[in-house]
Amino acid sequence: MTPGVLVECAHISCAYDSTYAIKDVHFTMHSGDFVGIVGPSGSGKTTLLKSVLGSVKPVHGHVTMRPGLRMGYVPQVESVDWNFPVTVLEVMVMTRAANGRIPRITKDERESALDVLEKLGLGGLHNRHIRELSGGQQQRVFVARALFHRPELLVLDEPTSGVDVRTRHELLHLLADLHDEGVSIMLTTHDLNGLAAHLPRLVCINKEIIADGAPAEILTSDVLERTYGAPMEVLMHEGMPVVLDHGGTEVARRLGGLS
Amino acid sequence: MIGGVFTPFHYEFFRNGLVVATLAGTLCGILGVFVVLRGMSYIGHGLSHAVFGGAAASAVMNVNYFAGAGIWGVASGVIIGRIARRRIIGADAAIGVVTTASFAMGLALLNRYGQAQKSIEAVLFGSVLGVQTIDIVAVAAVTLVVIALVVGLYRSFLFATFDPEVAQVSGVKVALIEALLMAMLSLTILVTMRVIGTLLISALLVIPASVARMLTNSFAKMLWISPIVGAISAFVGMYLSFHLDTSASATIILVGTLQFIVVYAVAGLRGRARIAGLHSH
Repeated sequence: MTPGVLVECAHISCAYDSTYAIKDVHFTMHSGDFVGIVGPSGSGKTTLLKSVLGSVKPVHGHVTMRPGLRMGYVPQVESVDWNFPVTVLEVMVMTRAANGRIPRITKDERESALDVLEKLGLGGLHNRHIRELSGGQQQRVFVARALFHRPELLVLDEPTSGVDVRTRHELLHLLADLHDEGVSIMLTTHDLNGLAAHLPRLVCINKEIIADGAPAEILTSDVLERTYGAPMEVLMHEGMPVVLDHGGTEVARRLGGLS
Repeated sequence: MIGGVFTPFHYEFFRNGLVVATLAGTLCGILGVFVVLRGMSYIGHGLSHAVFGGAAASAVMNVNYFAGAGIWGVASGVIIGRIARRRIIGADAAIGVVTTASFAMGLALLNRYGQAQKSIEAVLFGSVLGVQTIDIVAVAAVTLVVIALVVGLYRSFLFATFDPEVAQVSGVKVALIEALLMAMLSLTILVTMRVIGTLLISALLVIPASVARMLTNSFAKMLWISPIVGAISAFVGMYLSFHLDTSASATIILVGTLQFIVVYAVAGLRGRARIAGLHSH
């Protein structure tokens, strides 16, 4: 494997019930990358992410992972039952399933879990039932659980879906801090202006990869139209691309919101 | 009076029945935690029907009851798990399809070759008066195996139940854990069905865990409370059934239900008090 490469998806195709979710996708995750995957619903973003995690097997091509790579996965917040009877601390520690032969949490585990929670601004919440947390805190508990594994690659599935602007900012800062500390990050998102445009590398996907590069280079009307199948305009604001949705402005005009 | 209190214990059939029922309450209480939290409350009822199909098939084919019904039950459990994981239909529908098909096959075999009516009643209600030493040994052995597995693989069971997708990525063999759970459930049903019947198994898999869930927000505590509630229901129910001359299975279920009602009422009052406390601040 090439030095510095964490995961390589070599021309992979994945299918569900004889329908291709992604086709002939070539994607490489390098050490130190911070990548956002964008595309419309059903474009194969999550499938690509799960191929990297190894939970979806390609029907063609192959995925190579650096031996011994430690990965942390943050699924969508809606993916679990928040009424499930566990505290924040129990959620953290369950990731050490392999060493958890007995139900009791060891002193070391407790201390390192509390350290991670403190770092993520969740100090003092370890004995709370998970349902008692706000949406933003639940999202950060998932990130904390992934970090407890001390990952080299952190994979997040739509981390800003359903969270407010303040929580999104906090999460972005947190991910930037982790990236500075050497954690490689891959995430999927629908949020072009609030999240994707801020990242160093972006991949636009719609079954196949449409573009891969820095947002300022690849976020163009042509790429976005090919990705989303709808006309979009891109303006530059302080060196950063801002995507305008033509469909949205047309509706606003019809409803009298725009003169 | 004292003599009356201890009268049932003078009878060997009662002592044997009491031991098996209390062990079954403990065993179903532990497994019920997983059943209830996975939203598979009908698995007990369903798997009992599947095991009945296996028992009928093994009788017709002249195969040992434990081997035939056991393999049939475990296979049904694994098939249910596989269908549910594909998410095309839900776990409830998977339980319904697999276990009723298995039951129907058993019924058809008995209609054709055996005594259907008698066997169905035996399966539904069991015969707690006819407990033999082998039944006690079998239930005790399965209880020990289940406790050893749940304690030994505690975090894997917890992780695979709470968040199977992330558990898989984190190195937990989720499919193996699910197969183990189904195997434990099938074994439990296999060793208790002849004695306590499917109705009581279904009740003991759901009521104690539901009571425990209302009492705590901790998974670890649920695993303690649920078997205790199951054991108390079985012990008290068996004892009362002797004095009231009622069906043992029905009395055990009613004792469990009474605990459910009391805890439900108290939990509701506690919740309302908490909300009132919030308003007053």
